[in-house]
Amino acid sequence: MVIIAPLLCGLIFGAGLLISGMVQPTKVLGFLDIFGTWDPSLAVVMAAALAVSVPGFKLAGSNSRPWLAGQYFLPGKSGIDLRLVAGAALFGIGWGLVGLCPGPALENLATISPGVIVFVVAMAAGMIAHDIWQLARLSAQRELASATDG
Amino acid sequence: MIEYAPTAGDLLWPISLPCRPQSAALIGLSAVLLMLSTGRIAGISGIFSGLLNLRGEDKGWRIAFIAGLILAPVIAGLVGYGMSPPKLPTSWAVIIVAGLLVGFGTRLGGGCTSGHGICGVARLSPRSIAATVVFMVTAVVTVAITHHVLGG
Repeated sequence: MVIIAPLLCGLIFGAGLLISGMVQPTKVLGFLDIFGTWDPSLAVVMAAALAVSVPGFKLAGSNSRPWLAGQYFLPGKSGIDLRLVAGAALFGIGWGLVGLCPGPALENLATISPGVIVFVVAMAAGMIAHDIWQLARLSAQRELASATDG
Repeated sequence: MIEYAPTAGDLLWPISLPCRPQSAALIGLSAVLLMLSTGRIAGISGIFSGLLNLRGEDKGWRIAFIAGLILAPVIAGLVGYGMSPPKLPTSWAVIIVAGLLVGFGTRLGGGCTSGHGICGVARLSPRSIAATVVFMVTAVVTVAITHHVLGG
């Protein structure tokens, strides 16, 4: 069950992206093109998803623990910081360049299209680059701290 | 101006499946079910990036979710609603730079359209609402520049 639940959730998520049109980059770019021939239908996508997720998350919040796990894994951070804003800004530029965000990018792997594979590899490289940069930053900070201690 | 390569789908399969935006309720349903069952946020960038480290634990549910995501169009194809390959820019440089920005940015900002836009906004998280506003704005500006300023 621990594997079947996320598998089913992935299938449902994929079906939602597929049928709503969110999986097509041209459709997404049409929605983002508010100064051109704007296609507002993806606003309905956001609204339809939220219409279910808002009451659903409220319901989940009233359960003391999930069905198949001992605890909820929720993000701990609460403040709006520079990292959040800069990260979201960079992500938006990448999204606007091609029309793929992570979910539709992974789902489009099903088409075995070379462009999608290259995009997903670049996306993974960007994620790894971030994590390496963070590790380097942390160890530099630690070195600095121990240097001042010594 | 970004040029888009024609795909096989343009000739063979001009979007066989009609788009029904309201079916995105399924995305919300999936996020809620994942939270109710496993206690996890259905944020695709987070689920995927969790697979990119060498630590062994905590990978099974991530692989299962992404497998489901990729299997969805495969199953749809088997019942006659196939997905045509997406129309992407012809320039590899644009694809690679966009991929790097999406990967780096979602890690730095702690989420993407699903994690911040669907789950975080539904939880009324101020961080997610701010992130969603920021990435929508920069995406709209990027499209405006590439399609209208550079495209003439």
